[in-house]
Amino acid sequence: MNREVTSYEGSQPLLSVKDLKTWFPVKRGLFSRQKDYIRAVDGVSLELFPGETLGLVGESGCGKTTLGRTLLGLEPATSGGIYFKNSLLNPMRRKQMNRLRQKIQVVFQDPLSSLNPRMSVMDIVTEGLVQFKRIEGSKRDHARRLIKEVGLSEDAIYRYPHEFSGGQRQRINIARAISLRPEFIICDEAVSALDVSIQAQAINLLISLQERFQLSYLFISHDLSVVSNIADRIAVMYLGQILEKGKTADIIHEPLHPYTKVLIDAVPVPGKERRGESMEIKGEAASIATPPPGCRFNPRCPKAMAVCREIPPPLRRFGDREVRCHLY
Amino acid sequence: MAGDQNVHGQSLLSVRNLTVTFTTDDGRFKAAEDICMDIGRGESVGLVGESGCGKSVTALGLTRLIPNPPGCIESGTVLFDGADIMSMDTAALRKIRGNAISMIFQEPLSALSPLHRIGRQLAEAVLLHRRISKKEAWRFAEDWLRKVGIPDAGERMHSYPYQLSGGMQQRVMIAMALMLEPALIIADEPTTALDVTTQAQIFDLTLRMKQNFTSLLLITHDMGVVWEMCERVIVMYASRIVETGSREAIFEHPAHPYTAGLLEAIPRLSRGRQRLKDIPGQVPSPFNYPKGCHFQARCPYAFERCRRETPPLFDCGGGQKSACFLMDKAKE
Repeated sequence: MNREVTSYEGSQPLLSVKDLKTWFPVKRGLFSRQKDYIRAVDGVSLELFPGETLGLVGESGCGKTTLGRTLLGLEPATSGGIYFKNSLLNPMRRKQMNRLRQKIQVVFQDPLSSLNPRMSVMDIVTEGLVQFKRIEGSKRDHARRLIKEVGLSEDAIYRYPHEFSGGQRQRINIARAISLRPEFIICDEAVSALDVSIQAQAINLLISLQERFQLSYLFISHDLSVVSNIADRIAVMYLGQILEKGKTADIIHEPLHPYTKVLIDAVPVPGKERRGESMEIKGEAASIATPPPGCRFNPRCPKAMAVCREIPPPLRRFGDREVRCHLY
Repeated sequence: MAGDQNVHGQSLLSVRNLTVTFTTDDGRFKAAEDICMDIGRGESVGLVGESGCGKSVTALGLTRLIPNPPGCIESGTVLFDGADIMSMDTAALRKIRGNAISMIFQEPLSALSPLHRIGRQLAEAVLLHRRISKKEAWRFAEDWLRKVGIPDAGERMHSYPYQLSGGMQQRVMIAMALMLEPALIIADEPTTALDVTTQAQIFDLTLRMKQNFTSLLLITHDMGVVWEMCERVIVMYASRIVETGSREAIFEHPAHPYTAGLLEAIPRLSRGRQRLKDIPGQVPSPFNYPKGCHFQARCPYAFERCRRETPPLFDCGGGQKSACFLMDKAKE
């Protein structure tokens, strides 16, 4: 079922997502007759080019992790298309999926729970190579090379995950992710659990590896400051939808969507005086199970108009910027 | 070691040489060593450091909340409003905790009882410290829920904690901490589990609600949060205080290499992909802190004396102090 996609605008994206929806059914009503859905990802389109980092920011519950999991095939998509190098990933036969899996890797937030405590570091970082029969020469040499690439000492390969600190464990996760020479890595809050001084090391490592191996990252995080330091472009997600997308410098210095503005304003920055009590945002994010009618951000939006409460704004494109807001 | 100065004159809390140890299967280690600090009336002080540096242990030690075993307050004096906390009996301590000193923890869901309704938990705290009827306590608590911006406060009093969002739960904790008008609030990473927009709302609320003479000890790993909330900053690294000073002094001319490194490593809103300045190496394990200065193995300026002696807090002028021998050399 390898449908070819014929035309792309401009250069060839590595990954292209078209109107992706991931809905989770929930049962409501007597004898669960009414079927309802949690629309975790609700019509997301995005592109990722070779060697590029796309930052995906949003607050908890906005669907950013579900989007990442859907791209990995860990959640079935409800509708829409995921194209990786022109092959449609969903649906796909297992055999073909396995082949592509080698090209797509992931680094999760919690470095300890994503490492098997009973496997040595050597077994962990070479597991993928063994699985796909890509070991040439000795397994030990492969492990040594990988572990050196992420800046750990060679003798680490004989040790077990619990013997390492959080930052070192995340390096092991990164070593495993690059072992199969992937083209695309999804980093889901990959540096969020690390302390500041260690976090900076991990971000620098990810940037170096990207430059060396021409990797593309989808960098998912709630932390706009971190994302702005690694991403070439940023997509801002809110209740299952992308509200704004554009180049990092444009998003940070000239945010268009009121939500993006609020998000940037809310980041505490040393040296920047507080907004006083003028914090414009009201209330909390609505539940993704019952999104408000019209624009999903309208109940909290400082600039909401009558139209925002009724008609969902489309994603409009201005050059290389996209905004989902009636103001534009 | 002299206590650090504060701008508010008479100090409300005064800590001298507090040392807390923990005993585990692997042996005993110092979680907080020789901690000295003063908090003035109405002053907001930020205690910053990375995980495991001993900041939470210090906060717990102040009110003798260290679980024993495995923890033990080895030495130190803590004077709160002139009273010696270390020699108090349990009854006297209970009168202070929750009343004169209240605490806000990181995870509201684990600080609230899952089995009791919000209203009952709030009213209980009021009844413990005030001689009023149950009805009055309930109404008092409901008033405070309204003050911290919880919609439908009357109904929410009957909710269980799990029925509220994280932001709302933390508002309940703030109401609980503020309603008895404590002299000191100790907040341990109060907004770390929350979204930035919710965090901003909580900060606005805390600043608005905090009476002029309420002091705040804010424990956090986030330098941005310290900048927004605190007048004075104490920086901890590997169980010791390494630097203390006014917010402006710490952020504009940090005197300790660790503070300087930490400030440079913070990712700031940036125009795109760029490498950050990092601090090389790892935070040492408490079982094998290096001899001398605990930061020496990662410090770009370390010299022989740093590997031999423990640096005391040197005065850098303007109330700023740094536990670094570079400051001693500067004076010679």
